Amino acid sequence: MRLRIRRYHPHFEPPSIDMEYEISGGGTLLEALEEIKQKRDRTLSFSSMCRSGVCGSCAVRVNGKEELACTYKPKDGDYIEPLSVVGVLRDLIGDFNSSLATLKKAHAYPVQMHSGMSEEDERQIERQSDCILCVSCYSSCPVYETNPSFLGPFALSRAYRYVADSREENKKAHIDAVLQNGIWDCTLCGNCTAVCPQGIDPKNDIVLLQSWAAKFGHLNPNLGNFGSFGLEF
Amino acid sequence: MIYDVAIIGSGIAGLSAALRAKELGKDVVVVTKKYPTQAQSSMAQGGINAALSEEDSVEAHIADTLRSAAGLSDEGVVRYVCESAPEAIAWLDYLGTPFSRKGASIAQRPLGGASAARACYAQDYTGLKILHTLYDNCLKAGVKFMSEKFLLNIIIEDNIAKGVTLLNIRTSQVEQLLSKAVVLASGGYAKIYGAFSTNGYGSYGEGLAAAMRAGAVLSDLEFVQFHPTALAKSSILISEAARGLGAKIVDGKGERFCDELATRDELARAIWAKIEEGQEVYLDMRGLGEELLMRELPQERKLARIYEGVDPLQEPVPIRSAAHYSMGGIDVDIDGKTSIKGLFACGECANAKLHGANRLGGNSLLETVVLGRRTGESATMCHNEVEEKTYERTRIDTDFVRAVFGLPNQIDFMERQEFLHKVLYNNAGIVREELAMKGVLSLIRQHQRELAFMGIRDKSPIYNTELVRFIEYGNILELAEAMVVAALQRNESRGAHYRKDHPEPKEHFKAHSHVWKEDGVLCADFKEV
Ligand SMILES: Cc1cc2nc3c(=O)[nH]c(=O)nc-3n(C[C@H](O)[C@H](O)[C@H](O)COP(=O)(O)OP(=O)(O)OC[C@H]3O[C@@H](n4cnc5c(N)ncnc54)[C@H](O)[C@@H]3O)c2cc1C
Ligand code: SF4
Ligand code: SF4
Ligand code: FES
Repeated sequence: MRLRIRRYHPHFEPPSIDMEYEISGGGTLLEALEEIKQKRDRTLSFSSMCRSGVCGSCAVRVNGKEELACTYKPKDGDYIEPLSVVGVLRDLIGDFNSSLATLKKAHAYPVQMHSGMSEEDERQIERQSDCILCVSCYSSCPVYETNPSFLGPFALSRAYRYVADSREENKKAHIDAVLQNGIWDCTLCGNCTAVCPQGIDPKNDIVLLQSWAAKFGHLNPNLGNFGSFGLEF
Repeated sequence: MIYDVAIIGSGIAGLSAALRAKELGKDVVVVTKKYPTQAQSSMAQGGINAALSEEDSVEAHIADTLRSAAGLSDEGVVRYVCESAPEAIAWLDYLGTPFSRKGASIAQRPLGGASAARACYAQDYTGLKILHTLYDNCLKAGVKFMSEKFLLNIIIEDNIAKGVTLLNIRTSQVEQLLSKAVVLASGGYAKIYGAFSTNGYGSYGEGLAAAMRAGAVLSDLEFVQFHPTALAKSSILISEAARGLGAKIVDGKGERFCDELATRDELARAIWAKIEEGQEVYLDMRGLGEELLMRELPQERKLARIYEGVDPLQEPVPIRSAAHYSMGGIDVDIDGKTSIKGLFACGECANAKLHGANRLGGNSLLETVVLGRRTGESATMCHNEVEEKTYERTRIDTDFVRAVFGLPNQIDFMERQEFLHKVLYNNAGIVREELAMKGVLSLIRQHQRELAFMGIRDKSPIYNTELVRFIEYGNILELAEAMVVAALQRNESRGAHYRKDHPEPKEHFKAHSHVWKEDGVLCADFKEV
């Protein structure tokens, strides 16, 4: 079985080339990358830790779609690329710093909590709290091309996780944090939902945040123009 | 810049310590060789223990922990941790951890060796959800993170810790990080068994090796817990919760041959013996049914399918026992103090003598939270004078990394490493014996001598993962040597340490093994409990 891998090294000319490798197949993509590194090419660089889909370090793009290398089973001819994030460091290793920085901006943390919740309450945030911060959704999101300051899918889903948390008393602080470059900038294209390995639905969470925002009297600034079609009656 | 507290490791222990030190108003920095949430703590599935229910009691929790420890725990530590457990769960709940619930209470399930359903959980994402909740809270509190920096050594002057040297993985530069207190929270060493371990890549005990080089004492290293139920090909863990819910361990004929809720060491040996006989062993989860399996253990079905090609609802899953948890560690007291001033340790890299010779499932996450917080607090009380200058250690380590790039690379270290893992598992693993372990020791020492003929093929300074692996391998050799020496001197069987040539416990070995380095020479001894 053959894999095509996009290699990148900032000091090389050209910095980016595609290389093909023969692998034995049968295992996961991570096992294949490991086999290449050990047996064929020590310079191949990628990231991994848990091998079991929970640490979020191994996401790459396979034929253009985000996948966790440790749970994806490669097929002959697959094309492997790094995530589309700000700055690839080397080969399949992306720079996560700017994507992780969105968490703080989106207030994706508890603001004012009390303890104790019911079984039902817990179910409301079960999915969102499965997030492993693999950054796949961020990589798939088209908004970044036009707005690099966009808070992005995982930060918004994780912010929603605290809004939906019955223990959180200050929902407003969360909503205020996601208005700018946040919930209204999303095009609701659903790419993030399609690629999340944990079955999280950031698009839907963004819609839910929008309705929370409406409860606090914030209107979709884009709709204003739409509503009147720019015409004056 | 000189920090008040520098914490090495962003697992649950490191983040618990960081939050506590930050609460007390200190400048805290957390260093990790990956990104913060990419710590092994994310992998814990089963749960975290606390006596919360009517049917349970703190006394029962203490009794179970002491029994499992087989005489090697410190009763004061056990009592403190078990008594603090309900409060620790309340703290985690308050921070926002989405524990699974039953009605209005936090749900609990039984794990092996526990006399009650004591493990609080969040589906089978217990570690993941606690870790991410702590991370969220660290962001809120303003804890500073340094990612992709690899701990090389602890900077020591006059037997006081002044900071650490770090390899910046992105650039291969050596940097120094100065602080008034250094807290090691760098995780365990069970991955020194390589493919025969449930652990993630990276749990090689570099913190322990660095502490040993700095002059600290390591204790009880021979006690490594083997988890009975890991997937046969990949050693990926199938949580003990599966057995708690009724999964059966069976042989090739489908017959049971052990009590599924016996302690991990008993089960691991029973499974090892079957496999030695040439039989295969399986975990049969079919009885659980789809609804229960998907609700309580959603990861397991996915992993069994990917790694064994088996659907646990349809067929029994092939298993073997694999290295899972390291009871031994950097010797510390209840406050996380090591034998070096200014150097602290907590979590799996430390040995606070909670688990003794054998850890109970669910007690290690508890330790990381309770003793992590306590260690974070005691680190804030440390007021060492640290001078802003380039320390000798930093110069030595800079030269060392430069030298690695120049090594001749005549021997392939990755091949050697794979071989070492296999030899360790087969001869210094579940079942041990003097002669075989002496063989392992001489192999380790030979590998150490060969290091100068090894080296790296990748000569790039940018994100050189081969360089990182080579340094990890050097650490593995150093720690494996110390572990085998400790295992060799314990001529008895106790808890997870089983010697075929000394199958019974002996009263005069009711003592902690100590190893340390003096002028680079490994020394070993026992210290009374
Ligand atoms: C599969 C699995 C399941 C488990 N299930 C349970 C369970 O259900 N209940 C339970 O109680 N326990 C369980 N355990 C054990 C428990 O998860 C660990 O003991 C605990 O998470 C250890 O936490 P820690 O914070 O000490 O270390 P870790 O979470 O391992 O974190 C170590 C940190 O140190 C960093 N680090 C390491 N070396 C370096 C270096 N050289 N330079 C810089 N940084 C470094 C790492 O990047 C990481 O951030 C399980 C373990 C495994 C492997
Ligand atoms: S739905 Fe929104 S957040 Fe998700 S990928 Fe599309 S634009 Fe980005
Ligand atoms: S929401 Fe899903 S895709 Fe996005 S970071 Fe979290 S786990 Fe990954
Ligand atoms: S290696 Fe952890 S998610 Fe793939």
